[in-house]
Amino acid sequence: MLAWTIYISFAGVLVLMLLPKGNAEAARKVALLTAVAGFLCALSGFFEINPGKLRTVTDVDWIPTLGIRYHLEADGVSLTLVLLTGLAAVAGILFSWNIEHRAKEFFAFYLALIGGVYGVFLSFDLFLLFVFYEIAIIPKYFIIAIWGSTRREYGAMKLALYSFVGSAMVLVGLIAAYVVSGAHTFSIIELAKAGTFSHGFQMWAFPLVFVGFGILAGLWPFHTWAPTGHVAAPTAASMLLAGVVMKLGAYGCLRVAMTLFPEGMLAWKMWIAVLAVIGIVYGALVALVQKDFKFVIGYSSVSHMGFVILGLATLNTIGLQGAVLQMFSHGVIAGLLFAVVGRMVYDRTHTRELATLEGMSLAKAMPFAAVTFVIAGCASMGLPGFSGFVAELQVIIGTWRAFPTLAVLTGVGVLIGVAYTLRAMQKAFFGEAKPETETEHHLMESISVAERLGAMLLIGAALVIGIFPKLLMDVIGPSFDSPLFDWLRKGGGQ
Amino acid sequence: MSYLELFRLAAPETIIVLVALAVLAVDLVAGRGLDVCYRFIISGMVAVVGCALAIAWMLVMPSYGETAGGIFVVDPLTQYVKVALVALTIFTVLISMDSDFTVHVGEYLALILFATVGMMFLVSTEDLLMIFVSLELTSLSLYILTAFNKRNAKSAEAALKYFLFGGMAAAFTLFGMSLLYGLSGSTNLREIAAALAGKGFDPLLAVAIVMTVIGFGFKVAAVPFHLWAPDAYEGAPTPSAAFIASGSKVASFFIFAKVMLLGFAGAEGSGAWHHFITGWTPVIAVVAALSMVVGNLTAIVQTSVKRLLAYSAIAHAGYMLLAVMSHEKQAIASLIYYAVTYGLTTVGAFGVVAIVESRAGDDKLSSFAGLSRRSPVISFCMLIFMLSLAGIPPLAGFFGKFYVFAAALKSDPANLGLLWLVVLAIAMSAVSLYYYLQVLKQIYVADGPAGGGEFKTPIVSQVALCILAALVFLLGCAPALMLNCLERALAAVSL
Repeated sequence: MLAWTIYISFAGVLVLMLLPKGNAEAARKVALLTAVAGFLCALSGFFEINPGKLRTVTDVDWIPTLGIRYHLEADGVSLTLVLLTGLAAVAGILFSWNIEHRAKEFFAFYLALIGGVYGVFLSFDLFLLFVFYEIAIIPKYFIIAIWGSTRREYGAMKLALYSFVGSAMVLVGLIAAYVVSGAHTFSIIELAKAGTFSHGFQMWAFPLVFVGFGILAGLWPFHTWAPTGHVAAPTAASMLLAGVVMKLGAYGCLRVAMTLFPEGMLAWKMWIAVLAVIGIVYGALVALVQKDFKFVIGYSSVSHMGFVILGLATLNTIGLQGAVLQMFSHGVIAGLLFAVVGRMVYDRTHTRELATLEGMSLAKAMPFAAVTFVIAGCASMGLPGFSGFVAELQVIIGTWRAFPTLAVLTGVGVLIGVAYTLRAMQKAFFGEAKPETETEHHLMESISVAERLGAMLLIGAALVIGIFPKLLMDVIGPSFDSPLFDWLRKGGGQ
Repeated sequence: MSYLELFRLAAPETIIVLVALAVLAVDLVAGRGLDVCYRFIISGMVAVVGCALAIAWMLVMPSYGETAGGIFVVDPLTQYVKVALVALTIFTVLISMDSDFTVHVGEYLALILFATVGMMFLVSTEDLLMIFVSLELTSLSLYILTAFNKRNAKSAEAALKYFLFGGMAAAFTLFGMSLLYGLSGSTNLREIAAALAGKGFDPLLAVAIVMTVIGFGFKVAAVPFHLWAPDAYEGAPTPSAAFIASGSKVASFFIFAKVMLLGFAGAEGSGAWHHFITGWTPVIAVVAALSMVVGNLTAIVQTSVKRLLAYSAIAHAGYMLLAVMSHEKQAIASLIYYAVTYGLTTVGAFGVVAIVESRAGDDKLSSFAGLSRRSPVISFCMLIFMLSLAGIPPLAGFFGKFYVFAAALKSDPANLGLLWLVVLAIAMSAVSLYYYLQVLKQIYVADGPAGGGEFKTPIVSQVALCILAALVFLLGCAPALMLNCLERALAAVSL
């Protein structure tokens, strides 16, 4: 069933392309139907026996000349992220229900992106993984450049080039790994077997591939595409960018760089942890002084993705579990925050300047948006009861075991996170109302049903995982028992 | 060696020559007094059917053999390349059917077919003399095709530049060949290699190598022998440019690789970083590196789409040279895959440019603005062509690059000697995404001129473009379709 997530999404693209021009309503419905079907397929993965265990979905010959196979496989990590993709896809469509301009093309690009993302999370053949990874780049460019707002063409091009440079680095690493291994295979499972790559090779191939993927994960100092890209993007695209596309990068770091070159990881882990912590603190500090509401969320994404990378760098089970859970949690929460800022607030007030919003006292005008943002903000700050808390706590515990000093700095980052979230919340929703805004309030359209549904979906996910983290932890945990993570038990420390 | 035997081997070439004559006759007899567009359709259909017949002949009744000590060699591999060449010719004819730049329809199509015959002979010979003769047949036809738009001064200028550079390059080639003959006493590539083997490295050989590389470097438009390409592409009638960029490129690259692999076997040297060893690979390594860098960086600032495609062609020549210098069988497979898919993509891209040019008046980037809303079908085709050129999966351009790079590294798996070139190539292909996206940005993002209604696209071109786009997509998703045949062909050939 899991493989159908990919096929359904691309089938949706085809159907949309064949739809008659100008029928936005039909396009929306087809897109929503496709996304929901994909989500259900993703969900079905959780109802199999022992869902966290590594298992083959599809494995057939593709290009025998080079030993390339069409090989899909799933373990708890992929399953979690596939579920996240499904959630984000459905929510994103609900929040772009108001798109009328070239709607058919918008949803076609959107579903192509989703299909590529599903593909990355399920591929266990390096070549296939890379193919899906690149498929996800181009739709992003068009979605931002055509439907975006502030400096959209600049943001879109910057994002596309950053992603492409990252994937170029990955490509060098992959081809070199393929040739050096001499194994005539791209299978991650085969290549991950100990002793395939010499220490010397791992020492340069690891940073190349890790940073290549890391660019997309918002690794400091290569994160600069993220805030501009997020701000320029239309709401659904920001949600996807922060929600799942950044996870592609982090997933690639874990699935490819760390799995194939564990010795390299061991040697470079300190550097990566330091970059991650700089990302956490720097992102939070920059978010604190932003004037544009969306930039606050954009930089907060950089900060939160720092936790994911830090969790990966700890090289212990609890840190890694935390990292994966943080991917899920941030995907849901960032999606929610961008939805509030981009759809609920910006589409109605046509401004994102915090100073202007302060004079509008939006909490009175749109209580639903305010409540949603407060909930999302609390989740983002890592309050207990939300998924962010469980995830970040595990990352910090893992960090404490691996790099105690950095754990302290991370704590500082969390504190600043509280500060910028509260600041944005206060300014955007609970400012002093100026008298003339009263009339504007009446002119604003009320929050639509689609928006309400989307918000409920994401809040529900954050709450459920926050209260019963076991639901996901039971799936993520067993993934680390597979032979792919032998190095973790042998040399990775606790 | 009987004439019957020779005819059996050269049947496809004979068919094409006959078709060329038939096209001339048909246009003379049936075309008189008709509109140019009808004449293009009538003569074009004759040409297409004839080419299809030649392809069918090659596929259904393949005959392999060799005549007169390597003057004319037909083996599965050359047969395969010839099929691709004729297919590219068909597509070139299809996209030119909508043209109105000339009233000499029959001559135009016949010249395209003569050039094709030249290319077919070019790929199926292992003899220096024959290489030169067929190279000239191809080149002379192409010079005329470039000059064919008599109403445009740029066309004449382009042809003159092309011709002068070409003449110079031919002189170099001939000089190199004469040196080779002097060194070895033979014009057959295999005999040359055998004669040169074991003699050690001769300075005269170095001169011969450089001369030959210059000659072929001109044909494939590699830096620093590329100066003619942008002008020729820009000035030439668009279908001619498409043909120069596709068919001529495939044939030239194939024979380039063949001369290097067969004729200079044993004088490879090494192009590994810091370990240059005298031979032909370091020469090509430098040319390849320059082509990739100059081609990609210069393409960024172009405003004419045809010039942009010309610089992108130079960059792609750089990538393909990587496959030439890997000197092993898999590299040949990767070269042919790359060249053929590149040819298909380029013909398609020029086809779209031709349509836009005839409707909007020029080929400036701004003329493409808003195309996606005026003609969604050809816009989508252009999307596929541009992304394939940029190397985005799952299109053919991506797998081509991947295969070439893997083959280049595999030629020296222990030290990854060519890693520096592969890294450069991948970095440069990241640069290339920028200018391909510039074209797509105009088509999909920018708003078109106010009041610009739908484009009326000629049905034949549109169908041809759709087929090309489908091929690019299909060969990218299932490269095994082509690779399996190539592998079988390669197994039967000694290189």
